[in-house]
Amino acid sequence: MSRSLKKGAFIDTHVLKKAQVVNSSEKKQAIKTWSRRSTIAPDFVGLTFSVYNGKTFIPVYVTENMVGHKLGEFSPTRLFRGHRKDEKASGGKK
Amino acid sequence: MARIAGVDLPNSKSVEYGLTGLYGIGLHTSRLICEELGIDVHKKVGDLTEEEQGKVRRLIEEKYPVEGQLRSEIALNIKRLQDIGCYRGTRHRKGLPVRGQRSRTNARTRKGPKKTVANKKK
Repeated sequence: MSRSLKKGAFIDTHVLKKAQVVNSSEKKQAIKTWSRRSTIAPDFVGLTFSVYNGKTFIPVYVTENMVGHKLGEFSPTRLFRGHRKDEKASGGKK
Repeated sequence: MARIAGVDLPNSKSVEYGLTGLYGIGLHTSRLICEELGIDVHKKVGDLTEEEQGKVRRLIEEKYPVEGQLRSEIALNIKRLQDIGCYRGTRHRKGLPVRGQRSRTNARTRKGPKKTVANKKK
């Protein structure tokens, strides 16, 4: 179920503040953030966020289409390296 | 034979169920249409007058996306998710469940028929 419109989109205040600062300053620096839960607001378009995925910061360049999604959706937390091959072929363990 | 949105509807069925032959119209929408136009849901499709057919056609055209139009709309939505590189987009690309369901077992609708991997020996 989607969130009540009455409350508005959820954005962590520190992200909002940071975005405003970067938006008003000329040089666009990546905003480092842990706040994967924050919604991408329309004013974020054109900014770059570095979104933490539990290990590293993934650079996310915000485009118009991304508005309304959460920052975390663009920073995958799992790494799938494929399934292990047959031991004979790889000479693996077990 | 009533031809609506490029699809022939079976004459022998009631309007209520006949309309569900269109992609994008289920029982619910079908009943709404009948109610709005004042057509008896139990009337057979074959018994519709030309005028009634025209009304149904017009109502569907302006109110409900149907068939090809609806399909392309859905495809576009999925393409948008894939293009922005979000989690749901990558799930669509990999053909795995999109809404957080488990994929260790089950998820056969998305993954298709089982692909058995040869047993590993110790």
